[in-house]
Amino acid sequence: MVRAAVHRWLLGPIAKPAVFALALLPLIWLFYAAASDRLGANPAEALVRATGDWSIRSLCLVLLITPLRVVAGWPALARLRRMLGLFVYFYVLLHFLAYGWLDMGLDLGDIARDIAKRPFIWVGFTALVLLTPLALTSWNAAIRALGPTRWRNLHRLVYGVAVLAVLHFFWMRAGKRNFTEVAIYGAILAALLGWRVWRRFSRPKTRPETDR
Amino acid sequence: MQNKNGWTGAHAPLGSEITERRLFENRRLWMQQAARTVAALGTAPWATDHALAESTTAPERPGKRPRIANVPSKVPGALALENATSFKDASSYNNFYEFGTDKADPAANAHSLNTDHWSIDVEGLVQKPGKFGLEELLKLSPMEERIYRLRCVEGWSMVIPWVGYSLAQLIARVQPLGSAKYVEFVSLADPKTMPFVGSRILDWPYVEALRLDEALHPLTLLAFGMYGEVLPKQNGAPLRLVVPWKYGFKSAKSIVKIRFTEKQPATAWNKAAANEYGFYSNVNPLVDHPRWSQATERRIGEDGLFAKKRKTLMFNGYEAQVGQLYAGMDLKANY
Repeated sequence: MVRAAVHRWLLGPIAKPAVFALALLPLIWLFYAAASDRLGANPAEALVRATGDWSIRSLCLVLLITPLRVVAGWPALARLRRMLGLFVYFYVLLHFLAYGWLDMGLDLGDIARDIAKRPFIWVGFTALVLLTPLALTSWNAAIRALGPTRWRNLHRLVYGVAVLAVLHFFWMRAGKRNFTEVAIYGAILAALLGWRVWRRFSRPKTRPETDR
Repeated sequence: MQNKNGWTGAHAPLGSEITERRLFENRRLWMQQAARTVAALGTAPWATDHALAESTTAPERPGKRPRIANVPSKVPGALALENATSFKDASSYNNFYEFGTDKADPAANAHSLNTDHWSIDVEGLVQKPGKFGLEELLKLSPMEERIYRLRCVEGWSMVIPWVGYSLAQLIARVQPLGSAKYVEFVSLADPKTMPFVGSRILDWPYVEALRLDEALHPLTLLAFGMYGEVLPKQNGAPLRLVVPWKYGFKSAKSIVKIRFTEKQPATAWNKAAANEYGFYSNVNPLVDHPRWSQATERRIGEDGLFAKKRKTLMFNGYEAQVGQLYAGMDLKANY
């Protein structure tokens, strides 16, 4: 009953605008908090970290869609995937912008040197670069132009981005050996990727058309 | 703007020396004013009316804890001519891993620290080892105000008015032997009152150390207070070290033991990540941390969100005073 009701809601007209609004909430909160001096003694650091947190959280959510679609039986979730995927890119861009602006003062030379010099920045920047073609090919005409197989293969880059995201986070925390949150996100992403591997090998006959 | 600065117009009129513009630019001025108007503050047994007289020049007096009478230090370099960080920022944005790893954790958790009946053991290579009670330490030498820049290894900085005296005063009292080359500082590690003692982030207790000549430098401060009052627990009550030319983690908090040794002691962060945190850890804009640049810093509460970070100074701006300690040393190798 509940499962069917949820599915009906997912197919309904409210689902997309509602999820859109929910996905914007972190940004609205951060704007409000920054404007009203609620980000603590070091607001720049708070913004860089919060946009990073929401990047990896949205990445977890978008990678949850396929398992949830299959396990819970909500094929309509596919309607939300593109939007959530673009939100991942949006928060990653904000994270990079917060770093580049608040931390590096928008000095492009400093940013380029920093990316080249520091592995953990380099890993994060690579994740942003890898996500860019996915965001650019997220509209229907691009999917048609690439063809479904090539488009799907291209968009598998997101699995690599998940690995880079955890590595970036791990490295950032490594100096203080503060790995609790890293372990939580790492476990979530490992489970989401592991489920895909498991599914691939346990159901070798899956047709590519339905394996999205 | 007015609300953000907490100025409602209901407080006493300002002194003529304070202009309205400055008030709006700097909330510590009004907090100072407010602190002066708060009557019947708790007064520590060692505090006198002199402390109240000092309040017109003190950066800010939060008025929540006992005052410590003090006079401005005459040690060269001890009074930075910079705006002090607000007490709120200095007491709510802390690294004190015994109470948690988030900057807000110490302020939230350190209330459990029991600073009653505190004493420190002085041991090792000294002629007069022994136990010093807090009351005795408070009276050992006149209290001075020292306005120091504080540069955290993470790339942020503050300016804090500490209250204390040169560690050299205590060292002179215990008379180090000729063989003593290093001084080790051990922080309290009480799992009952410090919830994160036992976490695997660091080996506990927290241990820091200085070379004996560094420890004897007059700028090396044994601090008992800040902003004219006894230290808040999250800032290392009841006594801590402040070594202004080194990254903040070198300044051990809530000290219970001081030991004089011949060999260089193993220090907490150096043990945890030797490639990132050296024994010396002098503030040095030319030697980067492996994961970030040390060339610039953000001054908490002062540099705007979109302001470019300010340049970090060699030895945190204390090169004239401490540079000779490291004459001829390769500071890249001895980071």
